Amino acid sequence: MAELPQMMRAFGTTFLSMFRKVTTEQYPEEKVPTQARFHGRHQLNRHPDGLEKCVGCELCAWACPADAIYVEGASNDEGDRFSPGERYGRVYQINYLRCIGCGLCIEACPTRALTMTNEYELADNSRTKLIYEKDDLLAPILPGMAQPPHSMIDDYVAQDYYDGKVKGASAEQFAEAEIYKQKGQGA
Amino acid sequence: MTLTSDNKQTNTENQITATIDGIQVQVPKGTLIIRAAERMGTFVPRFCDHPSLAPVAACRMCLVEIEGMPKPQPSCAIPLTEGMVVKTQMTSEVAEKAQAGVMEFLLINHPLDCPVCDKGGECPLQNQAMTAGRAESRFDIEKRTFPKPIELSTEILLDRERCVECARCTRFSEEIAGDPFIELLERGAKQQVGIATDEPFNSYFSGNTVQICPVGALTSSSYRFRSRPFDLVSVPTTCEHCASGCSLRTDYRRETVMRRLAWEDPAVNEDWNCDKGRFAFSYLKTNRLTQPKVRTKDGNQVDALWPDAIDFAAKGLKDAKGKVGVLLGGRLTLEDAYAYSKFARLALETNDIDFRNRVNSAEEQDFLGSVVAGSAGTVTYADLEKAQNVLLVNFEPEEESPIVFLRLRKAAEKGQINIIAIAPYLSRGLEKINAEVVATKPGDEAKVLRGLEIAQDSIILVGERAAATEGTLSAVIEVAEKTNSKLSWIPRRAGERGAVEVGALPNLLPGARPVTESSARSEVGAIWGVNGSDIPSKPGRNHAEIIQAAINGELKALVIAGLDVLDAPDPQALGLAINSVDFVITLGIQENSLTRYANVSLPVAPVTEKSGTFINWEGRPRPFGRAITSTNALTDARVLAMIAESLGLDFGLQTIEELRQELSSFGSWNGNKLVKPTVTAKDSAKTSVGNAILSTWNLLLDDGALQKGEEHLAGTQRPVVAHMSEKTATDNKLENEEKVIISNSRGSITIKLEIIEMVNDVVWIPSNNHDSKVKSKLGAKEGDVVTIKKGSF
Repeated sequence: MAELPQMMRAFGTTFLSMFRKVTTEQYPEEKVPTQARFHGRHQLNRHPDGLEKCVGCELCAWACPADAIYVEGASNDEGDRFSPGERYGRVYQINYLRCIGCGLCIEACPTRALTMTNEYELADNSRTKLIYEKDDLLAPILPGMAQPPHSMIDDYVAQDYYDGKVKGASAEQFAEAEIYKQKGQGA
Repeated sequence: MTLTSDNKQTNTENQITATIDGIQVQVPKGTLIIRAAERMGTFVPRFCDHPSLAPVAACRMCLVEIEGMPKPQPSCAIPLTEGMVVKTQMTSEVAEKAQAGVMEFLLINHPLDCPVCDKGGECPLQNQAMTAGRAESRFDIEKRTFPKPIELSTEILLDRERCVECARCTRFSEEIAGDPFIELLERGAKQQVGIATDEPFNSYFSGNTVQICPVGALTSSSYRFRSRPFDLVSVPTTCEHCASGCSLRTDYRRETVMRRLAWEDPAVNEDWNCDKGRFAFSYLKTNRLTQPKVRTKDGNQVDALWPDAIDFAAKGLKDAKGKVGVLLGGRLTLEDAYAYSKFARLALETNDIDFRNRVNSAEEQDFLGSVVAGSAGTVTYADLEKAQNVLLVNFEPEEESPIVFLRLRKAAEKGQINIIAIAPYLSRGLEKINAEVVATKPGDEAKVLRGLEIAQDSIILVGERAAATEGTLSAVIEVAEKTNSKLSWIPRRAGERGAVEVGALPNLLPGARPVTESSARSEVGAIWGVNGSDIPSKPGRNHAEIIQAAINGELKALVIAGLDVLDAPDPQALGLAINSVDFVITLGIQENSLTRYANVSLPVAPVTEKSGTFINWEGRPRPFGRAITSTNALTDARVLAMIAESLGLDFGLQTIEELRQELSSFGSWNGNKLVKPTVTAKDSAKTSVGNAILSTWNLLLDDGALQKGEEHLAGTQRPVVAHMSEKTATDNKLENEEKVIISNSRGSITIKLEIIEMVNDVVWIPSNNHDSKVKSKLGAKEGDVVTIKKGSF
């Protein structure tokens, strides 16, 4: 009977916890927001006129300790460009089977093209589906952006984009994007 | 001390003692400070310094402190002297500060666009900015900018913003290649590399400037933005394009070759290679055959499994036994050519084998067997460099063996060499090596050779085109013996020299052994595990005879490997021969008109996907390993071994190790060699008004099979023009810059005429550029008479 006081104390703890706030999350029915700087799925950002910030420099791939990133650069065509300047990322893949979410890639990115979102639902039922292509990673076209490929804003050079002078797509860029879209549908 | 004293004592007068960073060093007189420091393990930062270029001290990065001198001095331009006391950045604050200052100046106008620059990751400027530069720039006003990039040629791009004015590219172009298309223009902050607006940088060696550029100012169109150094796996390889035998570095990513660079090899290509070797590798991915194909009874070609295709091939060869010819393309590795040589003798029981898919003659095969086979090392690159007298016969070094050209030019720049060329005119390449041309009509070579005053102990280099005119090779041998000169044969293709050694000729067995010698046959038979009597003793048919026999129905089957129909001396005749036989087996890497005709088409491995050896013109083996390992492509030797097995012969597995082992057991042949040819030369053809003698050779960059798919490179080809002398043009009422039609009974070529100083009654056109396709359009060779008349636009 010497254990009785100890037992009472244990039951007491259980009893008291019934009145505490529940910490169990009802995932996936209820989704709790992550911390603001949570390392989730990557995103390839755009300039305000829709051009891609990625220049295909591969520094992210170089920095990656898990060898999860594969990039191939290519030369921009004047008029049909994907990014300001000479070079853009033609192929961009992140393998989420390998990614450890360390964020060294976004630190390495010289143009702030690569950032991380808070999206954490990265599970799937096949390996290939977990290799995210450029299309899966690109930021959406927001209002004021024109879908590349199109040219840079008239009289602007690449440096103006990095200096933050671009505020949105110009009428010419919208027109070019429209022409490209129609060409694509015609073909 | 005593161990090395012998060496030291003999050289003491040429040795000096000096102090670098407090350490006493002894170096040969004339050693530059930067080299001496390098040898003791101290790396002085530098950009303009290059061991193969003359010092210039243009970039000022290598400043060091020298005791007794008021200011820091460039270590790349000052030789060490006796008792000199040098302090590098390792021990001297003055040197360190001077270097930091120079780096700051260099970076003032540098755009720092490393993320988009192809040099990023392997850039001396990037690296040395980390070691000798400051972390943050103090320069916050606008940088000098230039439009970028500008095209120096279709292959080479220039970004002037990135340039640090080291002048490596301009010095290379002038000192080494002799093509000073680019030059430093302007002065001060505006200094820039420039080029004439109407003359692109169409040098055969332009790619080297990209490799030696210490920043990303010069880049190539074909490698633009394709990868980063950390992506690439680098392997040492040998160039498969010509008989120079350059060492290359092949960089590949995900099983695709991204670029190729010159790999330093002091005995052969030094630090350089040519643009063909550097850029022409797209063919590796173009129209590749991956699956064996078999022609069924209804005439369609269908994909087949390897075992079925092999059995089918074996059956076809069995049916035609003794009536099979083997035609090779001159591009095979030593090991593969050897496998064909063995296969022809044992499995096909014939000597009808020839690798010369180009202009050739019976005289040439005697020459190859008697003079070339087993003559490794007669003349080497080093011999060329220190030669006194060199005679070139039917050989254009720059077009046909560019590294030979660079060596001759190096010797010519030193000034002690005397080069005489027997050629129809002084080409740009010959001009650059200060050659003296004995203007000769094609066909007159032998006569001219015999009449020429040739110095004793010369070096005679004869090109493969000597086979075009009867008697030339006989005359060359005669002259070489008379003057006690060293004679070397320089073919164009990488595999030809090796094919001679392994006996891929109708009159030759491996190791310079004539087929007619019974002791030679028994020696070879012993290695092959057969009796000497099992090897056919009658010399076989050569290239032309095989084709003729096929057309006449004397041959029933052909085995064709590594060969392009358009390279044949007469593509039409070869096509007819293929049509005339019952059974054709092709082994090749690409699908082409030939493989589509084949009864069995077997895919084999290109050089990147197998190990092998090329023998360069010196006779020097240039082995290389397999670069790309993940494909399942088979070597020619392996495929032949499978066919042999299906025929009931045991060749073994024929791995590369086995083949090399077998090849090494041949040793040298001590018996009678083939008899040297003594063919009487005829005079050159007679011409009248309206006719001229054709002269032609392949330019280095042309429309050859291995250069397909490389548009940037093709853009740097030489202009396609016909050459004629003023008199020949006037006689035929032709004018400079006008079109001329060159024709014979077969066809015609329309081409722009450029009148130059050359031998009369001769018209020269390139062999295989654009419309000027001598073989397929005219079926003619050097020395033939063609009709010339005025063309219209």
